[in-house]
Amino acid sequence: MSESARNILEITDVSKIYGPLKALETINLTVPPGQWLAIMGPSGSGKTTLMNIIGCLDTASEGAVRLDGLNLAQLTRAELTGIRREAIGLIFQQFHLISYLTALENVMVAQFYHSMVDEGEALAALERVGLADRAKHLPRQLSGGEQQRVCIARALINHPKIILADEPTGNLDEANESLVMDILHNLHQAGSTIVVVTHAPEVAAHAERVIVLEHGRVVSDK
Amino acid sequence: MFWKMVAGALRRQKGKHVMIAFTVGLGVSLATAMLGVMFDIGDKVNQELKAYGANLNVIPRGASLLGDKYQLAGDDGGEAAEEVLAANYIREDELYKIKMIFWAYNIVDFSPYLTARVKVGNEEINLVGAWFNKHLSLPTGDEVDTGMASMKSWWKIEGQPVDEAFPDGVMVGRNLAGKLKLAPGSTFEAAAADSGLVKTLTVRSVFSSGGEEDDEIFAPLALAQELAGKPGLVQRVEVSALTTPENDLARKAAQNPDHLSRQEWDTWYCTAYISSIAYQIEEIMPGVRVKPVMRVAESEGTILHKTQLMIVLLTILTLLCSALAISNLVTANIMERSVEIGLMKALGATNLSVSLLVLTEMLIVAFMGGVCGYLAGLGLARFIGLAVFGTSVEVKTVVIPITVLMILAVTLLGSLPSLRSILHLRPTEVLHGR
Ligand SMILES: Nc1ncnc2c1ncn2[C@@H]1O[C@H](COP(=O)(O)OP(=O)(O)O)[C@@H](O)[C@H]1O
Ligand SMILES: [Mg+2]
Repeated sequence: MSESARNILEITDVSKIYGPLKALETINLTVPPGQWLAIMGPSGSGKTTLMNIIGCLDTASEGAVRLDGLNLAQLTRAELTGIRREAIGLIFQQFHLISYLTALENVMVAQFYHSMVDEGEALAALERVGLADRAKHLPRQLSGGEQQRVCIARALINHPKIILADEPTGNLDEANESLVMDILHNLHQAGSTIVVVTHAPEVAAHAERVIVLEHGRVVSDK
Repeated sequence: MFWKMVAGALRRQKGKHVMIAFTVGLGVSLATAMLGVMFDIGDKVNQELKAYGANLNVIPRGASLLGDKYQLAGDDGGEAAEEVLAANYIREDELYKIKMIFWAYNIVDFSPYLTARVKVGNEEINLVGAWFNKHLSLPTGDEVDTGMASMKSWWKIEGQPVDEAFPDGVMVGRNLAGKLKLAPGSTFEAAAADSGLVKTLTVRSVFSSGGEEDDEIFAPLALAQELAGKPGLVQRVEVSALTTPENDLARKAAQNPDHLSRQEWDTWYCTAYISSIAYQIEEIMPGVRVKPVMRVAESEGTILHKTQLMIVLLTILTLLCSALAISNLVTANIMERSVEIGLMKALGATNLSVSLLVLTEMLIVAFMGGVCGYLAGLGLARFIGLAVFGTSVEVKTVVIPITVLMILAVTLLGSLPSLRSILHLRPTEVLHGR
């Protein structure tokens, strides 16, 4: 096996430029499979920008990104959409559930766009995040923590190669935060690669590795 | 799952969707009504137009067949001259027969005409004799009042109408009245060009027809007969009849009624086609030919054509307007759902699948609105039929597929701008609450 195939993610000299602003500047980062990485940094330091590039929602202005050996720069928008569907599980700070679908159906939407819906499997995913009894509830009937757990169930339903969570606990109280962290622990235990953006040190502390961004540069990596 | 998402979205944005359905419905109902009227209007407009003006011209057979032949023979008296008279004139005392054909009640009005050449001062002009307010007692016992007045409803007449009760009272065309300085009430002398017979005439009115009659004098028939030296004779008769619009049978019969089968002939004879009425008049008055007045028939066709063209244009405009309104509503709908759509794309939905989802929603809404609009349109068409044409309009079934196509076109057209914005929507722009 070549060097690049061993790492799930390889970022080389990546920059993202918005007009006069360099949101990311020559970022270098490699993530081996199964690693739990936390990205920290002050607001505006480029964390979300980096996550978007890893998550195939955006492309780098310069540099190379290899996800599971694939060079993202060479892919079309449609192919990037395919990667998102197949290899990536996304979790957002604002949850983003479809308001008129139940918890179960929201998980099934991800199945629908991936391949085929399987209600049993979707229900199992909800069970993993402790929400089997909330399957028929609409998002507005769920608490914030519960909504975020539905999002996690949706992110893991298609067995992604990497789970990307951008401030997943930013809108949650402590009790719900620890519930979510427990689930991430379980996923990590089961072998998932996880990247979590946070500016809460106690969240970052759960990770194996923490990098800190400032003004679009990596200033610390432990 | 797809249908669950469609159903969910439909339920959630009920208000907006009702508005979209309403807009489609409004457009479709107007379009249905207009198209329904258009497809049915041919008959209706024909009926309307047939009620105005003369549509049959009765002339002596000889005027078309024998005229030239006897003209050569000249006035050598005797039998030949009698025959020329018979061939070129119609007897006034036979005209009542026009009201005795099978379709007598469809004959609205008729009037004979005879032109005498007269000299007024140095001008030689036409003095046209006609019936104005003629009373006829038919052998059937029916009493009939007829004359040219109602057949020339567009004539503007200043003064008293000509009346058989005033044998020397005439009406003078506007141009001529100007030339001769005549006004209602004035009198003048007219001398017959042939015999030199002089009559003193009274101007009862001055008229303007907008045609060549404005250079002529109109007088009671008897006066014209006296001046022309043709007592009891007329040159032609204009008939105004209510007729059924022509169809294939009528056209076939118009070429030669003898080519019809027995059954076709019966149908044709017992329908008020212009050709069967003409045929029946020829039947009852052997010496005449009856010709449909083509000028009127042609202009009817043109008016009809123009009306239909106008309706088609109005329909297209109506549909464009609803497409515009729909496009606003759909765009608002999509804007409101941009996060949801961004999320679907982030989860790996292709542009095609998101567009399909939105389009399906819109089509369902549009068809619900469209069906209501179609039903409303049927009612509207009926109302227009009653209000404008005085009969009910039957909307033909062709309108249904056209309506379906209209709904499709309007919805697709209206959704186009929002579909474009879906294609350009980037998940990163909507998913991170900046
Ligand atoms: N689409 C964009 N256009 C212009 N500037 C942007 C855009 N996205 C992000 N930025 C800028 O890039 C910088 C990094 O943003 P972001 O990655 O969202 O920071 P973080 O997530 O660490 O708070 C910020 O200064 C932000 O204003
Ligand atoms: Mg951010």
